[in-house]
Parts: sequence; C-alpha cells; structure tokens
Amino acid sequence: MNQRVDVRGLSCPLPVVNVRNKLLEMEKGILEVLIDTGTSKDNITRMATNAGWKVVAREEDGEYLLTISK
Amino acid sequence: MGVCVACMVRDIAGALGLHRAEAVQYIRPEIIGFVLGSLIAALMFKEFKPRAGSAPLIRFVLGFLAMVGALVFLGCPWRTLLRLAGGDGNALFGLVGLVVGIWIGIFFIKSGYNLGRNQKTYPLVGWIMPVIMAGLFLLLIFRPQLPSGAIFFSSEGPGAQHAPIFIALIIALAIGFFAQRTRFCTVAAVRDVILIKDTYLFTGVVSLLLAALISNLILEQFHPGFQGQPIAHTDQLWNFGGMVLAGLAFTLAGGCPGRQLFLSGEGDADAAVFVLGMIVGAGFAHNFATASSSKGPGLWGPASVIVGLIICFIIAFSMSDLGKKMVEAKR
Repeated sequence: MNQRVDVRGLSCPLPVVNVRNKLLEMEKGILEVLIDTGTSKDNITRMATNAGWKVVAREEDGEYLLTISK
Repeated sequence: MGVCVACMVRDIAGALGLHRAEAVQYIRPEIIGFVLGSLIAALMFKEFKPRAGSAPLIRFVLGFLAMVGALVFLGCPWRTLLRLAGGDGNALFGLVGLVVGIWIGIFFIKSGYNLGRNQKTYPLVGWIMPVIMAGLFLLLIFRPQLPSGAIFFSSEGPGAQHAPIFIALIIALAIGFFAQRTRFCTVAAVRDVILIKDTYLFTGVVSLLLAALISNLILEQFHPGFQGQPIAHTDQLWNFGGMVLAGLAFTLAGGCPGRQLFLSGEGDADAAVFVLGMIVGAGFAHNFATASSSKGPGLWGPASVIVGLIICFIIAFSMSDLGKKMVEAKR
C-alpha cells in the first residue's frame, strides 16, 4: 500500500519539509501527498523533481493529490 | 525610500492616527496594490482559498514584533536589499541580522516548530483584508477630515514623498499579481537555500538586488558608504539586532512582510492577522520610542529588541518538540 502524507493547512515551509523528510526516509517507492495550496504544490513538486522523483499531480475540488514515485 | 513594506505599513498606521510621528503619515497605495494584485491573481487562477485558525494570536504577536525589529533597523527585507543596492553599508549589518534571524527560525522548524493547521472557512473571512484595503483606498482618495485631525498626511519628511497615487497603485497591483504567481518571498529565499537546498526563490532575490544596483549605477544614484545614507542610522549593533528579531519573527510566521500581504490577498486570514499585528506594532514603535531615526535607535529600541527576541524564543520553544519534551519530562 502506498504511503501517504497530509500537509493540508500547514504553513510554509512545513509541507515541503515534511514531504522531504518522508522521501529521505523512503529512498524509493510511492508517496501520495494531499495538498491544499498552489504554493505547496509548486514547492513540493520542485523539491521532489530536483531529488530525482517523478511527480504526477491531480486536482480535485481545489485540492491536489501528488503521486511521487521512484 | 523605495519599496519598503515595513515603512509603508508604518505610514498607514500614522495616517490612521495609531502613532503621531508627523513625518511618516500617508496611506500608501503600494500596500493596497500588493493585496489587491494578489487577490486578482488568486481569483484568476482559482487560488483564492479562504482559510483561518492557525494560531492567529501568535501570528499577531509575531507581526507586531517583526515590525518593532524592522523599525529599529529602518526597513523590511526588501528595503534591506534596496539600501544595499544604493550603496548603504549599514544595510550589510541588517542583512546579516536577517540571515541570522532566519537561521535561528530554521533551528526551531527542524525541532518541530509548528503553529498548527489552518481550516477552510467562509468566503467572507478571506475577503476581509481586501475590503480593508479598498476602504483605505477610499480614505486616500477622499481624504475625510475627522474631528480628531485624522486622516493624517505628512506635509514634510518621508511621508510627504510619494509617487502619484494611480501610478503607485498600478505598479503595486502588477507586483502583487506576479508575486502571487511566483510565490516571491525574501525570507523563504534564504530559508529554502539553508533548509532544503532550493535556490528558486533565492535567484529572484538576487535578480531584485542586481536590477536595483544596475538602475542605481545608470542613474548615478549609487553612493557607497555608511554616513548620511537616506533614512538609515549607523548604530550597527542595533541594525543587526533589529533584523535578527524581524528575521526570526518572519520565519516563525512563514514568510516576509510582502509575502504576508500577498497571502492575505489570496484568502489567508492568518496572514491578515499578521499584517494587522504589523500595523499595531508600527503604532507602538513610534508611540513608545522604539523606532529608530536617522540619528540612531529610539530610547527604548535596544530594550524592545531584547524583549522581542525573548518573546520569540518562548513562542518558538513552546510550540516545538523542545517545549513538548519539557512538558512530558515534568509529568
């Protein structure tokens, strides 16, 4: 089962920090991230892509589900 | 003065009569434009999301203290860069202080500092700050004279020096719009380099510095030195200390004062509370002689920085894992 992190409602920089810590811990696999702001979506996508992860974003009702995989 | 969020918010506080420093009273359309420009971008790109409830009173205190610190230095992070670009060597001490403040904030973020999650809320809540800004704009245009003497407008000094209203507003609307899209934040620029090795925002800050520097060189406005710099003082300890306080307070609140304005435009009521804290902090800073002038720090400026830092440390400590561990150990 995929791992999941919910960063909705958290202030910067906690969304990207929490996801980064999780990715460092996982090293590889699939992580789903629930996000509620465009800023966090952009920050997390940039951080994960720079670290060599593949990111797929899906938007629903103004929230985002990022699927991050390696 | 250039664009300085702290100075411009201070001028608005003065215009409303929250302080009576006669030289710095004006309703700055730039601040109004930053919020409304961000609102327009957020509405256009479906990012207007009313939200609230992440430790609002703490954010008010952080906004208050950030303003107290910035007015000891005499500038926000944006003006720190603009002062440097004009050759003001005193700003170097402010910049170092800002980085140190951010670095201390990062220590607490790494230690689990967290103001808690916000919640989605009613659309009305997200519209409050834009409506306040629209109200300020009406006061600027119609200039009603109340029995108290308000609305106050400086007849001399920095508050009397301003661009034409509509030119300032249009430029600020554009800045607010693009800053909302690019997520521009001077504090996050430094923080992200240290914390997550991300240089995206940092390149924006360097671009701002270089653009201002080149403009000053072309217009022959680059005057390197320490003495006689515009709206600046040469007490380097408190140039440094003021910005340590401001940098720490901004980092604990999640962004620089400009960023807080942009967030308040996209419906973040907690950022709006931070902005209200800045406005009240500006009034306090002048009424209680903590704000500096070009002669040096105010009578209570150094004391306010020390007390402000102590309050920030208490907030950061108690709202991080460090505080939680101490409470658990006592049990």
